Amino acid sequence: MSSTLKPLQFKPLNGVRIVVWSAFAVILLLLPLAAQSSFALTLLCLTGIAAIACMSYNMLLGQAGMLSFGHAVYTGLGTFVAIHAMNKILGGWPLPMWLIPLVGGFAGLAFGALLGFVTTRKAGTPFSMITLGVGELVFAAALMFPEFFGGEAGINSNRTGGTGWLHGMGLTFGPQIQVYYLIAIYLFVCTAAMYAFTMTPLGRIANAVRDNAERAEFIGYDTRWVRYLIVMASSFFAGIAGGLTALNVEAATSDLLHGVRSGGYLLFTFLGGVGFFFGPLIGSVLLIFSLVVLSEFTKAWQLYVGIVFLIMVVYAPGGFSALLMLNLRRVKYGEWRKMRWPYAGMLFFGLIALWGFAAVVEMAYQFQVAAGSGSGLTVAKIPLDSAQPVSWMIAVAVLIAGGIGFEIWRRKFAKVWSDGEERIAEAVKKAEAAIV
Amino acid sequence: MSVLNGVSYGLLLFMLSAGLTLIFSMMGVLNFAHASFYMLGAYFAFQVSEWTNYWVAFLVAPMLVALMGGLFERYILRKTHKFGHVAELLVTFGLSFVILELVQLIWGRTAVDYKVPAALDGSLFKLFNSSFPEYRAFMMVVAIGMLASLFLMLKKTRIGLVIQAALTHPETTEALGHNVPRVFALVFAGGCALAGLAGVIGGNAFITEPGMAQAVGAIIFVVVVVGGMGSLGGALIASVLIGLLQTFAVGLDWSFGGGLQSLGINVTSETFGYPVWKLKLSQVAPILPYLLLVVMLVVRPKGIMGTRDE
Repeated sequence: MSSTLKPLQFKPLNGVRIVVWSAFAVILLLLPLAAQSSFALTLLCLTGIAAIACMSYNMLLGQAGMLSFGHAVYTGLGTFVAIHAMNKILGGWPLPMWLIPLVGGFAGLAFGALLGFVTTRKAGTPFSMITLGVGELVFAAALMFPEFFGGEAGINSNRTGGTGWLHGMGLTFGPQIQVYYLIAIYLFVCTAAMYAFTMTPLGRIANAVRDNAERAEFIGYDTRWVRYLIVMASSFFAGIAGGLTALNVEAATSDLLHGVRSGGYLLFTFLGGVGFFFGPLIGSVLLIFSLVVLSEFTKAWQLYVGIVFLIMVVYAPGGFSALLMLNLRRVKYGEWRKMRWPYAGMLFFGLIALWGFAAVVEMAYQFQVAAGSGSGLTVAKIPLDSAQPVSWMIAVAVLIAGGIGFEIWRRKFAKVWSDGEERIAEAVKKAEAAIV
Repeated sequence: MSVLNGVSYGLLLFMLSAGLTLIFSMMGVLNFAHASFYMLGAYFAFQVSEWTNYWVAFLVAPMLVALMGGLFERYILRKTHKFGHVAELLVTFGLSFVILELVQLIWGRTAVDYKVPAALDGSLFKLFNSSFPEYRAFMMVVAIGMLASLFLMLKKTRIGLVIQAALTHPETTEALGHNVPRVFALVFAGGCALAGLAGVIGGNAFITEPGMAQAVGAIIFVVVVVGGMGSLGGALIASVLIGLLQTFAVGLDWSFGGGLQSLGINVTSETFGYPVWKLKLSQVAPILPYLLLVVMLVVRPKGIMGTRDE
C-alpha cells in the first residue's frame, strides 16, 4: 500500500524554478543599466514598489477571493509610520535606514491586525463594502490628526541621515541608484516570501476558502480566522511597500490613504491577472505606465484605463497574464500559427478604431476642459481642430470604419479560437488515454 | 430644525440605498456604480431643465438613467454573470470610473449651476429664528411618496409578485413562464431610476459636481451594511439614523476633553492623548457613519434588520 501511494513530495529546487528565479534576479540587477535617464530610474523605483503592493493585494483577491477597496490604508499607514521612524533616526535612534521598510511592514501588520479584525467579520460582497467604509474612515480620520499626519501639507523626512552599519561604507541613499537596489532587494525577497506563502498550509487553505467557504468550514477550518490571517500577512507586505515609498519620496501626504489609490491597486492587479502569481507584476508595470507616462500624453487617461478594465472584466476575466498563458498553450499545441492573420487583422482595425475614439475623446476634452489653450490639437501626430466640424466627422468616420473592420476580424478570430480549443481538448484527452 | 434637516437628508440616503438594496437582494450584485447613477440623474436633470424646465427634468431624467441602467445590465453586466459575484462587482466598479470620466468630459470638472426651481425656492416656515426651506419639504414628500409607491408596487401588484417570486425562487418562477432575466434587467433599471430620482432632487439641494458620487457612495454602503444586507426596512432606519447623526453632530462642539473637564478632570495640552480629547464633535462628524459601521460590526454583524449571517 505504502509503495503505491507515495505522499506528494515538495521539491523547492527544480530546474525550471532555479532558471526563472535567477532570471528575475538578473533582470532586477541589470535594469538600471538599460535606464539611461534619471526619469527612467525613478520609473523603475516606482514600479518595484507598486509590484510589492500589487502582489500583496493579490494575496487577498487572487489567493483568498477577498475583494478589498481599502488596500491603500495599509500601504499609506506604513509610509506614515516609516516617515516618523526616519525622523526619529535623524533624531538619533540607532537604526539603519535600510531597515525602514521593515518598520513600515510591521506598522502595516499592526494596522492589519486592528482593522482586519473588523473587516474580516464578513466575507464576499459585505467584506468589500466594509473595507471601503474603513478606508474612508481612516482617510477622514487622517485629516483630524494633523499632529501625526501633517494635515493637508503632509510630513517630510530625509533618507540620507542616520548612522547604521553600512552608512559609513557609503550607503547613504543619497544617489537614487542606491534606493533602486534597496527596492530591488526588497522586491526579490518579498516576491520569494509571498510565493513561498502560497505553498504553506495557510496559503492552500486560503484557496479552499476562496473556492468554497462552506466546505472549508465543514472540514474544520474557521474561515474567519483564515481571512484574518491572510489580511494580516497581506498588510505586512503592503506596509513594506509603504515603507519603501517613504524612503523613495521622503514625504507622506494623506492622499496616500485615499480610496482612489486603493481602487488603483484593485484595477491594475486585476488587469495584470489574479489567477497567476506573476500577474500583479504585469499589473504594477501597467499601473506606473498609466500613472506616469500615459497621463503625460492625455488628460483623459482614466477614461481609457476604465474602458480597458471594463472590456477585460467582460471578455478576459483572467487579465493579461491569463491571455499570455492561453496563447502560450496555443503555441505548445501548434495552434498559434492559424491565429496569426486574425490577430493581425484585429490589431490593424483595432488601432484604427482606437485612433478614431481617441480623436473624439481628446477633441471633447480640448473643447470642454482645456478650452483656454485654443482648439487645435494632434492625435498621434495628425493635426485636428476641435472647433471644426470636419475634424469631428473625420474622427467619427474613422471610429465607425475601424469598429466595423474590427468586428469582422473578431468574428473570424472567435471561430478560429473555438476550433483550436476543440482540437486542444481532443489532444489532451488522447494524451490522458495514453497514460492510463 | 436639525431633526427635519436630518430626516430629509436621511430620506435622500434611503432613496439611494433602497435601489441598491433592491438590486442586491434580487441579483446578489452590489452595484458599485449606484452613486454614479445618482450623479447622472443630477446632471441629466440639470441639462434637461436648461433646455426646458425643472418639472420636465423631474420626469425625464430618472427615465434616462433607468434606460442607461437597463442597457448596461442587458449588454454588459449579464455577460459577467457566469464569472461570479466578484466579476459583477468589478464590472460595476469599472463603470463608475467610466461614468465619472464621461461626466467630466461632457460637463467639465467644476460644479454646474443646477438651481432649485423658483416655485420652491422659499422658506416654508420659521422655527427658532431659522427657516426651513420649501425645497427640503418637497424632498421629503417625494421620498415618502416614492417609498410608499415602491412598497405598494412590491406588495400589491402582479409585477411586484413576480419580482418577489424571482427573488427567492428564480428557477420556479422561470418554469412558470416568466422571463427572469428580463425581470432582473427591469429591477436593475428600476433601482437606477430611484438613484436618478434621488439625483434630480438631491443635486440642486446640495451641489452638482463630479465629486458628488464619491461623496455619497461610501455612505450608502454603510447604510446598507448597518441596516442589514438586503433589508429595505433596515435601510430606512439606518439612513434616517445616519442623516440625523450627521446633521446633529455638525452643530455641536462638544469634545471628550470638555466632558472630562466638566467632570472635574483637568485636560490640558500636556495630557496623554490630547489630540483625541480636544476633537470637537463637529470635527468628527464626517467619520461618524463609519464609526457606526465599525461598532455595528463588532456588536451585531448582521445589521439592524439582517436575517442571514454568513
